Amino acid sequence: MAPRAAARLESLGFEQVFEYRGGKLDWLAAGKPTEGENSKRPRAGDVARRDAITCGLKDRLGDVRKRAAAAGWDVAVVVDEADVVLGMLRAQQLEEEASLNVEKAMHPGPSTFRPYVPIKEMADYLVEHQLDSVPITTSEGKLVGVLRKADATRAAASGSSGVRRMISS
Amino acid sequence: MVAKLVDRNAIEEMVKHGAQLIEVLPPDEYAEDHLPGAVSHPLRQLDEQIDEIDRNRPVIVYCWDSA
Repeated sequence: MAPRAAARLESLGFEQVFEYRGGKLDWLAAGKPTEGENSKRPRAGDVARRDAITCGLKDRLGDVRKRAAAAGWDVAVVVDEADVVLGMLRAQQLEEEASLNVEKAMHPGPSTFRPYVPIKEMADYLVEHQLDSVPITTSEGKLVGVLRKADATRAAASGSSGVRRMISS
Repeated sequence: MVAKLVDRNAIEEMVKHGAQLIEVLPPDEYAEDHLPGAVSHPLRQLDEQIDEIDRNRPVIVYCWDSA
């Protein structure tokens, strides 16, 4: 639609026409602020916790487990130097042999979700798929935070629904 | 002539310097969510609303994605 609008403006004599090809989807996926009715409703990015435990591929599992336990987390997110999500260590993986490298223990390629997904939809997804938490990332895969089911269901109960569906399955 | 492409990092700076940000999706989608400072000129109403757009300032158009 935007390419056609740009072409029409140019045909009408506009000389400084630019197109943001990534559009609203790219903007929302980056967790950028918006205006409008939905901006008042909580989304995954608003509820996700920013203090999630992260670690690198070469970290020792035992060290990550200690850090997670001290901070009250039973999950850790494996990221690279640019904070791109590579894997997850859930409770089961965190309990493996302490001397293992994270790379050997992690669950690779976890499902990630964008910050713009309405919290009600996220809560339903987490309940339906029996997941305690999921990473929220930008469209480039960078970690925004970890969304916990308990937080999502609590926020969904106090919010409203009826917004556009964002998770495709 | 083909419109120049801009990425999201450039948009805020361009708007700060006077560019007009225009969402061309239907009005209900604009009402749900739009970029800060954007105005609504749906593609189908672009011709009839053309006088509301300043020809002397840059115009950035966007929709949902590249479709």
